[in-house]
Amino acid sequence: MTRKALQGKLVLTLTAGCAFACVAMVVWIVSTIVIGGHRALTWSFLFHPPTEGMTEGGIFPAIVGTFFLVVIMSIVGVPFGTVTAIYLTEYVNRTSKLAKAVRFAVNTLAGIPAIVFGLFGLGFFVQFVGGGFDRISNGGVLKWGQPNILWAALTMALLTLPVVIISVEEALRQVPRDLREAALALGATKWETIRTVVLPNSVGGILTGAILAVSRGAGEVAPILFVGAAYFLPDLPNQLTDQFMELGYHIFIMSTQSTNVEETMPIQYATTLVLLILTFTLNFSAIWLRWRMRKGRIVV
Amino acid sequence: MQVQTSIAETSTESGASKSPVKLHSRGLNLFYGQKQALKSISLDMYQHKVTALIGPSGCGKSTFLRTLNRMNDLIEGVRIEGEVCVDNVDIYKKKIDEVMLRKKVGMIFQKSNPFPKTIYDNIAYGPRIHGISDKKKLEEIVETSLKRGALWEEVKDELNKSALSLSGGQQQRLCIARALAVEPEVLLMDEPASALDPIATAKIEELIYELKSSYTIVIVTHNMQQAARVSDFTAFFYMGQLIETSSTERIFTSPTEKQTEDYVTGRFG
Repeated sequence: MTRKALQGKLVLTLTAGCAFACVAMVVWIVSTIVIGGHRALTWSFLFHPPTEGMTEGGIFPAIVGTFFLVVIMSIVGVPFGTVTAIYLTEYVNRTSKLAKAVRFAVNTLAGIPAIVFGLFGLGFFVQFVGGGFDRISNGGVLKWGQPNILWAALTMALLTLPVVIISVEEALRQVPRDLREAALALGATKWETIRTVVLPNSVGGILTGAILAVSRGAGEVAPILFVGAAYFLPDLPNQLTDQFMELGYHIFIMSTQSTNVEETMPIQYATTLVLLILTFTLNFSAIWLRWRMRKGRIVV
Repeated sequence: MQVQTSIAETSTESGASKSPVKLHSRGLNLFYGQKQALKSISLDMYQHKVTALIGPSGCGKSTFLRTLNRMNDLIEGVRIEGEVCVDNVDIYKKKIDEVMLRKKVGMIFQKSNPFPKTIYDNIAYGPRIHGISDKKKLEEIVETSLKRGALWEEVKDELNKSALSLSGGQQQRLCIARALAVEPEVLLMDEPASALDPIATAKIEELIYELKSSYTIVIVTHNMQQAARVSDFTAFFYMGQLIETSSTERIFTSPTEKQTEDYVTGRFG
């Protein structure tokens, strides 16, 4: 074989090998978790709380906690991110200083490590806002100035804000210009145009952004480490001032600090499997939604 | 309503001095940033007449049309000097409500742009925006507008179908009906038939002829035969300037300027 042909074959092998290695790694990780955890994955596991010092029982409270966290996070974060995206796309001149500043802020926010959000959550939400509120209204009695599900959800909303903003922006930009012109030429104001023509046609993008944010929110542990997650709670959270159990946090604590790591192994695997299934489902539905949108299925 | 005598510099045929001037511009200059796209345009457009704006590509006729309902406001970096008046009111004065202006002066675009909604909701969009919510009234408006837009017979049983399922020619007539639903006084048409086949084009031209008795129409067209067929007055634009304007008959049979003659006889453009 000539040297050039040999080089060609080498490059092909290397690139194919890397691609294959990526796939192989994913397959290995997923299969390890599935093999390790599928036996423990039963209905009672999903619907019962942990017992016997975390060595038996289920993860129901963690599932509920994760669910509430993600719901509150979305209620706050998705509208806020959507409105910001509308402002950036519709109201601001693209080349203006203000647009550049906001864009810079969003990109910076996207790059901040998750643990830093956790520290911010603790310092700002728990101590400053919560503590301040207690000093002003409760006469110093500590009620809001502690880690709880509200502060954790707000911290996560901040973390996932860039994801929402960017998805919604993309959706808004895809609405063709001539539809906006049609509305304006009929005498609609800018806001009416956005409300009646642009937004209804961007619902898919807004949903995509929301789903991606939820997926990230369900998976990140660092921000909630000291802003509200707890290892074991006897009751489910039913007030904003309650702490909560959470899937990712549960895995972390069980694998590093539980009293009997060996015995809890199957539970750890199963919890990881549940979290993985949750994240995969969310991500795939976001991809599917995007695919439906790209195919030109018009949303009215 | 006052009757305006023509104040245009070029003389016009007999019909004009009896028709009031519905829209006019005086010394209109328009700049895209540093580039001047319109140079001192002074033009009268008469009520219940069709005025055609003709000229080669890039001569400014569409830009001029868009100044008449302030659609150029949407483009960044646009600057306007001079006067543009509808019913003798300068529409570029600060306190003018461009929403009410656009209700009075409607626009039909080159490429039809129906909303991805039902036919009914497309027509009802304008009236709803302007405050009409009574179902019976809306139904009435939809029927009247579709009849005026020469589309009613074709779609009356399918008002809940998506507007996007109509053919190109039908969509453009839908856009015309949609514009008519807000009861404008002026219709601005930017090459409304350029994307349509000859049969659909003929239907649009027929429609324009029917509409002019109730509306004032200004139409941009690069098709000179269309201008000759459809309009009462014609204005010839070239490189941002208004070269000549007169009754359509005069422009096409005995134009004053050589440039006009060269264009209408097909020597360039």
